[in-house]
Amino acid sequence: MAKKTKTVKSIKVNADLCNGCRACEMACSAFHSEPKYSSNNPARSRISVIRRPLEDIYVPVYAGEYTPAECLGRNSYILDGKEYKECEFCRASCPSRGDFKEPDSGLPLKCDMCESIPALDEPLCVKWCMVGALEYEEREVEVDEEEEQPKVSEMELGLEHLVDKFGLHKVAESVARLTKKED
Amino acid sequence: MRYAETGYNLEIDLTRGSYDRVESDVVDTELYLGGLGTNAKIMWDRVPPETEPFSEDNLLIFSAGLLCGTPATGCNRTIITTLSPQTELMCFSMMGGFLAPEIKYAGYDKIILSGKSKDLVYIWINNDKVEIRDASHLKGKGAIETSKIICEELNEPKAQVAAIGAAGENRVYFASIEQGRSSASRGGIGAVMGDKGVKAIVVRGTKDINLAEPDRYFDLCYEVMDYIRFRNENPIPNVMPILAGLGSPQEMKVHDEKWHTENFMWGNSRVRRRDFWNEEIAKDWEETMNSMQRRLISCYNCPMTCGATIQPPGMDTYMMKCFSKLTYTMAAFSDLEFGLGIAQAATEHGVDGFSAPQVMAFALELLEAGILKPEDFPGLPEENEGRFYYLLDMIVNRKGIGNILANGTYWAAKEIGNGAEEYAHNNIKKIEQLPLKLGMMNPVYFLMYSTGEKMNITQIEGQFPQAPFATVEEREAFVKDWIQVPDDKFKDYLMKWEFRGEFSNPYYPTIDMCCEIVDWMEMMHYIDDALGMCAGLSSFPLKPPYHIHNYPKFIEAGSGIPMDEEKLTKAVKRYRTLVRANNIRRGMRRADEKPPENHWKKRFPEYEAELLSAYYKFKGWNDDGIPTEESLRDLGLGYVADEFLAKGILKAGADAPQESASE
Ligand code: SF4
Ligand code: SF4
Ligand code: SF4
Repeated sequence: MAKKTKTVKSIKVNADLCNGCRACEMACSAFHSEPKYSSNNPARSRISVIRRPLEDIYVPVYAGEYTPAECLGRNSYILDGKEYKECEFCRASCPSRGDFKEPDSGLPLKCDMCESIPALDEPLCVKWCMVGALEYEEREVEVDEEEEQPKVSEMELGLEHLVDKFGLHKVAESVARLTKKED
Repeated sequence: MRYAETGYNLEIDLTRGSYDRVESDVVDTELYLGGLGTNAKIMWDRVPPETEPFSEDNLLIFSAGLLCGTPATGCNRTIITTLSPQTELMCFSMMGGFLAPEIKYAGYDKIILSGKSKDLVYIWINNDKVEIRDASHLKGKGAIETSKIICEELNEPKAQVAAIGAAGENRVYFASIEQGRSSASRGGIGAVMGDKGVKAIVVRGTKDINLAEPDRYFDLCYEVMDYIRFRNENPIPNVMPILAGLGSPQEMKVHDEKWHTENFMWGNSRVRRRDFWNEEIAKDWEETMNSMQRRLISCYNCPMTCGATIQPPGMDTYMMKCFSKLTYTMAAFSDLEFGLGIAQAATEHGVDGFSAPQVMAFALELLEAGILKPEDFPGLPEENEGRFYYLLDMIVNRKGIGNILANGTYWAAKEIGNGAEEYAHNNIKKIEQLPLKLGMMNPVYFLMYSTGEKMNITQIEGQFPQAPFATVEEREAFVKDWIQVPDDKFKDYLMKWEFRGEFSNPYYPTIDMCCEIVDWMEMMHYIDDALGMCAGLSSFPLKPPYHIHNYPKFIEAGSGIPMDEEKLTKAVKRYRTLVRANNIRRGMRRADEKPPENHWKKRFPEYEAELLSAYYKFKGWNDDGIPTEESLRDLGLGYVADEFLAKGILKAGADAPQESASE
């Protein structure tokens, strides 16, 4: 099978260094505003800081996959004497909560590592975290060419959510209607 | 579209239980800048001078600064403005934390409370949705506890809460408004909130804040961030550690207790303990701090971590910042463990960490002097620390003697009489000051103490070093990259300043230089209070990242309002004068503008009078501290001049000859 190299981007979160300032949320939302940087709104961010100072809990969590259905369990963990709800750590844009969704439309949000052209030196949340709680790492790995999954675009992600909510048929109808309006 | 600001204020009438989203005029932003500036305009327009602090007509304004909610690092101040029960003047306490950006994201620049609610309520603002909710279940609850309960009952972990404790509910004149990471403490604004029947304001916002010139704005932000990194790596040499870095005084990080305990006063601001510090105490206090401190924490969008979460043994966690770590310790002649412990209770009750300990020490002094009697303190514990907990409880619940003490040292002394006034010795404009007593009168500080309307020295000092540098080399090193000066002449002033001889205090800096230095320092604070910037990154520390040269660019790129240094300087002068006008209209005069008599041992009454007159003139005020008609009109404050003339506060033409003679 043909091999090719691929850059794996990752962000190492050192929650011990996080001071709960939420600069990362602000920066992420600004980067993804339209036009870029024109506005900011942490509620639209693809990183969310769980900040419970009285319990000394500070955990930056990145938005992951969209999920159409919520999990059954609601577990909690006690780590180092502090109680965390599993849901808080979860990266999914999930119907059970408001996190990782566009506040107006409810469309799911997902961290895209600030993919853009031209590429940034480092993701914007990392750049704005001046205390080093977020650390960017790049690794080259070899992967099988065929195995590489095509990337799901932001629009597709949104569509997927709409399809789950209204059914494929209805969405297709609406798209057709909108297309006509445009003409 | 409005940029940086939202263009809307939320008006809440507590008497009627109604609310309204009201568009503001962008012209006012251009003239008064926002934050404290537009607050001052609203107070002038809507709160007549005869209004009592505890009346339906008094307003309580929670304002975000003009640039809060934009990406500018450290721009997160909520500026709360009302009439103070303590000073009976307009007061404006600020707090950092997270509230101001949240107000912006909810779609407002200000929340303006008017009227009074009959029952205790809290206000839940979720973007456009506003609810006035019953708070009877929160009566008497701690401020931090209240925030926790509310977030849980609303199931809104990301909502920001500003709440009062028992002190605010009971209208203690030095009650604070607490917001977790931060508090607005000075002037008794918490008492006004309590008087309005509001236990808490709860805000959640998920709307956008727009920038006029996004790319330019981000570039400015990156310059500031780079400079912060530079300053963190290059602390200023030859000054005390606490003055070397950026941020609000880094009391949580820096172990500077030696300096404070030996230079500040203990008890009721009386006793200096020059040889207090020793190895053993150092070890002991460091252990205390390290064992109770959980983590250093920041305000919204700031890397500076000036606060800390503190957990005293057997007590709930709270958040602390600044010098309140030592105020209780020193008032009680105790140790850090006691100080950090009682500060937890005091934070929950919501009292000012400067005033409260002094009031308690004052009460015990009066007892010792026989002016207050043992009968006034039924059940008073024998040991000292217990007495402070006892007094705190009496005060915040206004029990017995606590009912009088709750009005602060000035008013309490008046009521107690019998020579008690002598013991309320550390006030300016009726409000307790930092416990400092020094030797030689310092002319710059004399002017700041006298004329500051923010009632706290830390809210006016900052840009110019507090003391001369010992050698020419040190001075050269300091002025070399001093980019923040509005004019290079300030470098010359510093270069010549000596510890002794002709070029030393009190006659150097000269009167003219003092005027310029004070005016510059004050201007930077007023800019911060309009924009919502943390003084810790701007007006308070030496060589800060924000200054008069980059601020106009931030305002212009953020809000789209064309701005340059000249226009900004004039706008600040305009609104600073309007703040004074509010107070002049309420009766403040030259006679009120003086430091505590015993602040310095060596005083120079005639020279001080000369200084004050010169500064008034420099500011465009007459010899009684009242802005002159000419300067008011020049600033576009003709409406103030008209009212002053109509009321006889100013007499037509009275100041004109004097002004022209000085040209
Ligand atoms: S920017 Fe860094 S320190 Fe601030 S909340 Fe995000 S991860 Fe934490
Ligand atoms: S990497 Fe980029 S998209 Fe992902 S959270 Fe950070 S700023 Fe947002
Ligand atoms: S410098 Fe300190 S007080 Fe100021 S905003 Fe930053 S963390 Fe808050």
